[in-house]
Amino acid sequence: MELLTNILAAMVVAGTPLLLVALGELICERSGVLNLGQEGMMLMGAVAGFVVALTTGSLAVAVFASVFAGIGMALLFALMAVTLAANQYAAGLALTIFGTGLSAFVGAGFVGESIDGFERVAIPLLSDIPVIGRVLFHQDLLVYFSLVVFAGIWLFLHHSRGGLLLRAVGEDPDAANANGLKVLVVRYLAVAFGGGMAGLAGAYLSLAYTPMWTENMTAGRGWIALALVVFATWRPERVLIGAWLFGAASILHLVLQGLGWRASTELLAMLPYVVTILMLVLLSWNPARTRLNTPLSLGQPYRPGR
Amino acid sequence: MLLLERRPVDSSLMRWASPVLALVLTVMTGFVLFLAMGKDPVEGLTFFFITPISDLIGLAELGLKMAPLLLCAAGLTVCYRAKVWNIGAEGHFLMGALGASAVAVQLMDMSGFWVLPVVLVAGILAGMLWAAIAAGLKTHLHCNEILTTIMLNYIALNLLLYAVHGPLKDPYGFGFPQSVMFAESALLPDLIPGTRLHLGLAFGLLAAVSVWVLFARSFIGFQLNVVGQDQRAAAFAGFGARRLTWFAFLVGGATAGLAGASEVTGPIGQLVPQVSPGYGYTAIIVVFLGRMHALGIIAASALLALTFIGGEMLQIAMNMPKAVTGLFQGLLLFYLLTCDAFIHYRVRLRAPVRKPTRVAAPAATQEA
Amino acid sequence: MTAALRLKLENIVKEYPGCRANDGIDLTVGAGEIHALLGENGAGKSTLMKVIYGVVQPDEGRMIWNGHPVTVDSPARAREMGIGMVFQHFSLFETLTVAENIALGLPADEARDRRKLDQRIREVSGRYGMALDPRRYVSTLSVGERQRVEIVRCLIQESTLLILDEPTSVLTPQEVTALFATLRQLSSEGCSILFISHKLEEVRSLCHNATVLRQGKVSGDCRPGEVSAADIARLMVGDDTPISTQVSAAQTGDVLLDVRNLGCKSRAPFGTSLTDVNFQLRQGEIVGIAGVAGNGQDELLKALSGEIRADWGEIELDGVRMNALSPGQRRKLGVAIVPEERLGRGAVPGMSLAENALLTASGQDLVGRGMIRFGRVRSFSREVIRRFGVRCIGEDSTAASLSGGNLQKYIIGREALQNPRMLVASHPTWGVDVGSAVAIHEALVALRDEGASILLVSEDLDELFQLCSRIGALCQGRLSPLARTAELSIEQLGEWMAGGFGSAEATHAAA
Repeated sequence: MELLTNILAAMVVAGTPLLLVALGELICERSGVLNLGQEGMMLMGAVAGFVVALTTGSLAVAVFASVFAGIGMALLFALMAVTLAANQYAAGLALTIFGTGLSAFVGAGFVGESIDGFERVAIPLLSDIPVIGRVLFHQDLLVYFSLVVFAGIWLFLHHSRGGLLLRAVGEDPDAANANGLKVLVVRYLAVAFGGGMAGLAGAYLSLAYTPMWTENMTAGRGWIALALVVFATWRPERVLIGAWLFGAASILHLVLQGLGWRASTELLAMLPYVVTILMLVLLSWNPARTRLNTPLSLGQPYRPGR
Repeated sequence: MLLLERRPVDSSLMRWASPVLALVLTVMTGFVLFLAMGKDPVEGLTFFFITPISDLIGLAELGLKMAPLLLCAAGLTVCYRAKVWNIGAEGHFLMGALGASAVAVQLMDMSGFWVLPVVLVAGILAGMLWAAIAAGLKTHLHCNEILTTIMLNYIALNLLLYAVHGPLKDPYGFGFPQSVMFAESALLPDLIPGTRLHLGLAFGLLAAVSVWVLFARSFIGFQLNVVGQDQRAAAFAGFGARRLTWFAFLVGGATAGLAGASEVTGPIGQLVPQVSPGYGYTAIIVVFLGRMHALGIIAASALLALTFIGGEMLQIAMNMPKAVTGLFQGLLLFYLLTCDAFIHYRVRLRAPVRKPTRVAAPAATQEA
Repeated sequence: MTAALRLKLENIVKEYPGCRANDGIDLTVGAGEIHALLGENGAGKSTLMKVIYGVVQPDEGRMIWNGHPVTVDSPARAREMGIGMVFQHFSLFETLTVAENIALGLPADEARDRRKLDQRIREVSGRYGMALDPRRYVSTLSVGERQRVEIVRCLIQESTLLILDEPTSVLTPQEVTALFATLRQLSSEGCSILFISHKLEEVRSLCHNATVLRQGKVSGDCRPGEVSAADIARLMVGDDTPISTQVSAAQTGDVLLDVRNLGCKSRAPFGTSLTDVNFQLRQGEIVGIAGVAGNGQDELLKALSGEIRADWGEIELDGVRMNALSPGQRRKLGVAIVPEERLGRGAVPGMSLAENALLTASGQDLVGRGMIRFGRVRSFSREVIRRFGVRCIGEDSTAASLSGGNLQKYIIGREALQNPRMLVASHPTWGVDVGSAVAIHEALVALRDEGASILLVSEDLDELFQLCSRIGALCQGRLSPLARTAELSIEQLGEWMAGGFGSAEATHAAA
C-alpha cells in the first residue's frame, strides 16, 4: 500500500508538466492552430525560470519569468503562423529548433548550478485522506495549480461564451469572421495561452521536478504532450487522465528497477516513447473517432478579407 | 496603415531571395548578439563564417559535414514535396549507423572489396526499416507521422545507447561506451588524400542529382508533387497516396540510413553515442532553405555544415558556448519562414481615408 | 431622398489585383422592397454584397443607410446597423447547436440567458413558418433547415435588410415556394430584401425591382414582372453571346453501365451514405441526376470513379465488373470523370495546364518508362486548348489563373479528347459564364452523339431538362426512379428531390 501510494504520487508529479503543456496546447488547437513548438517553448520556460531563480532567489518571480518566456516564444510563432499565415508545421518546427538552440545558449553558463526547488505543501485535512491525500494533496504548489487550471479550462470550454467563441473559430474561421468574430485575436490569445502554459511546464521541470538546468531537459515531453492532445481527442478531462498515465509510463523504469528488475536502463528509458506510439495507434486506427472532435480548421492558416 | 495583401501571382524572385535575406538577417542578429555579449562582432563573425573554410583542410571538413546533411536532406525533400512530414531523419540516421556498425563488427576479420558495400547496405536497410515503421503507422493505422517519427528518433537514440553499452561494446575499450574500431576493409576511401573528406560527399551529391531527375523528369516525381500540392486532385487522378507515402518514407530512410552508415565507416570508424550532432534535424532546415530543389539543398547543406564547424571554432577561439550553432540554425529557419510569407503576400501602405476620386498623383501629397 | 429609402449605393468601386470587380455601381433598395441583384457569375454580385455586408471595403463610392452616409468596416458593424446576410455556403458551425450558433451572433448580454433565447428562436421561427428546434446540432440538419437557421438568426438580430445569396440553388421546388411565402411576409412587414440570383423565372415571380450587373457595371434596371426572361438575360450576357444550346434528339444504343444495389458508407465526417442505388446508362444518352447538394452526389461520383470502393452491390461497365478497380484502371476502360470542384480536384491550382493534362491523361502515351514525355504533354494540352476554345495565354498558364468557365472547358476537353465511353460530369456549368456554359453543353452533346454515355449530376433543373433523355433524383443517398424527360413534370421531380419515392419502386424503374 505504501509503495502504491508512493508510485501514484510520483506519477502525478511526473504527469504534471505534461498536463500543463497539453492543456495549453489543447486551447491552442481548439482555435485551429497547431503549434509544434511546444518543446522549444518549454525549454525556454525552463531555462528562464532557472536563471531567474538562481539570480533573484525567488521562485515566484522565476515562475513568472518562465510564463513570460513561453508567451514570448508563442508570440513569435503567432507572428509567423497567424499574422503571416505561414505553414503551421514548419513554423512550429522552427520554434522548437530555435528554442532548443536559444535555451542551450542562454543556459550554457548555468549547467551544474543548483537551487532549492518547490517544496511539498500538505493541504490540511485533505492530505489526511488515505492514499488520495498523499497522492493529490501532499504535493507542491504547481501541482495544485495544474489542477486549478484544469478545472478552469473545463468550465471555460463547456460553460462560457469565450469557449463557444474558441470552438467556433477553430471549426470554421471563415464562418466565424462572417459572424463578426475576431478570428485573429482569438487565435493570438489561444496561442499565447498555450505558450504561457508551456513555459510553466518548463518551470515545473527546472524548478520542481529536477531543480537544475541541462540542455534538452524536456526530453521530448513537448512532443508527447502533442500526442496526448490527439489521444485525448481534444477533451480536457481525457488530457488529465492521459497526462497521469504518461507520467506513470515515464517513471515505470524507476519502479521496475526498484522492484529489482534487471534490465538495461537504456531500453527502459524508451518506454514513454513506445507508450506514446502505442497510444497513438490505439486511438488513430479508427479515423472516424478522432475526426469527430478534431477542430476542423486545425493546421490551416487563415487570412481575413477575400 | 500597413496591409498584408495576397499577390495576384506568387513572387518567384522572393522565392529565391528569401533564403539570402534570411541569411543576412541572421548575420545581423549575430552581430547584435556578439555586441551584447561584449565580444568583437567582426572578429566573431569571421571566426564563424570565414576562418573555418580558409584552407584546404577546412574545406574538406566542410565537405565532411555536408555529406550527411545532403544525404538526409535529399530524402527529406522527397518526403516534404509530398507533404509527408517526416521529422525522423535523425532516427533513420542513427539506425543506419547502428545497422552498419552491427554488420561491420561481425565482419571484423574479413577483407575484400565486398565488405564495405555490405556494411553500407546494412545501414541503408536499417534506415529503411525505421522509416517503414512510421510509413506503416501512417498508411495503415492513420497515426500522425510527425509524432511517430519524433518518438522513433528517441527510441533509436536509446537503442543506439543500449548497443554501445551492451552488445556492441568494445570489451577492451576501458569501459567507454563505444564499439571496436572497424577493419580497414569496412572503411570508406578518402576523396582527398591527407584530409578526412571521404566518399560520403559523393553519395550526397549523387542523391541530390537523383532528386533533381526524380522531380524534373519522372512521372512518380510528378505524382509526389500532386499529392503534396493537392491531395484531393491526387485522389481524383488515382495517384495512390499510400504507395507514394511509402515511397517517400523509404527513400528518406535509405538516404539517411546511408548517411549514418557513411558516418561510422568514414570519419569515425566505430560506433559512438554522439555519432550525430543533430544532422537529421538540421537537414530539415537544409530542405526548407534549399527550396526543396537539388541545387538549393546543395548550397544550403554547405551553409549549415558551416554552422557546425563555425560553432566549434567560436568555442575554441572565443570561448563561446557551442550552442551558438543551434541558435544560428534556429534563427535562420525562423527568418526564412518570415521572409517566405512575402512570396505569397506583399505589404502595401494604405491611407486610412479613401477619396472617391482616382488621380495619378501620389496619394501622400493629397493627404498632406 | 425619401425616408422610405433603406439602402443607397453610389458609385461603388472595388478593385482586386488584375480585375475591377465593381466599377461604379449605383443601387437603391426601398423599405419593404424585394430587390433582385442579377448577373452572371463573375459580374460582381458577390463582391457588391461583401461590400454591403462589410466583409470587404470599397475603394471608392458611398453607402447611404436610412438616409445617412455610413462606413461599414466589418460584418459586426453591418449587423449592428440591421443588415443580415444569408450566405450561399452557410456560415454555420456544424458542431454547435442551433441556439449556440445564433448566440454567437448576438451581443453577450442578449445571449446569456439560453432558455430565453430558445424561446425567442421558437417564437420567430414559428411566426414565419420555419419550424426549428434550438437544441438540435447543425450537423444533423438538412440544407433547407440550415438556411432557416441563417434566416432566423438575421431576424432575431432584427435585421431590416436581408441579403440572400442564391438562396434557392440548394432547395427543392417545394422548399422554394415555402421560402418565397416567408420572404413575402417579411416584405409586407417592412423588411427589405436583396435577392441575389441568376434564375430569372424566380426573380420574375418574387421581386419588385431588379438591378442587372455585367462585368462589374450596372447594365440595366427593370421591373422583372413586366419584362420577359429573355430581355433580362440579354441584359446579363450582352448581345453577342448565345444564350442556349439547341439539343437534338438522342440515338440511344445498348446498356453500357449497369449499377445494381450500390451502397457506400460515406468517408466524410458529415457525408451521406449511398443506399441501394440502381440505374443503367445506355450508349449515346445523357442521364440526369437532380438533387439538393449533399444528398450523396459526391459519394456516387466517387464510387463510379473508383476513389471510394462500393461496400455493397455491383458496378459493371459493358459486362466488366468494376467494383475492385482503381481510378486508373477504370480510366483505361474508358471512364472519364469531371468533378464538381474544378480547382483543387479536377485540376491542381498551382500547376500549369500542361501538367494538369498529366493528371488524367497519362495513359495517352504521355509517359514512357516512368519518364514524362514533355513534348507530347504539351501538344496534347495545346490540342485541348485549341479544340475547346480555352482562353488562356498558353499551356504554361497555371490552372488557377483561368476563369471558372475556361478551366471547366479545359477539364472537359481533357476528358473528351481521350474518347471516353462513359463520362460522369458533376455540376459542369456551376459558376460558369453563359458563353462557356453553352460551349460545355455542346461538348457534352457532341460526346453523346459519338456514342458515349453521360451521367450529368446537377442542381440546375433547367440544364437537366434541356440536355437529358432521362432524369432521376438523389435524396439522402437513395436514387429515385429515372423517368423520360418528356414525361416528367417539375413537381414530380421536386417530390423525388425531397425523398418522395418508394425504394421498391426505385428498383423496378431502373431500366
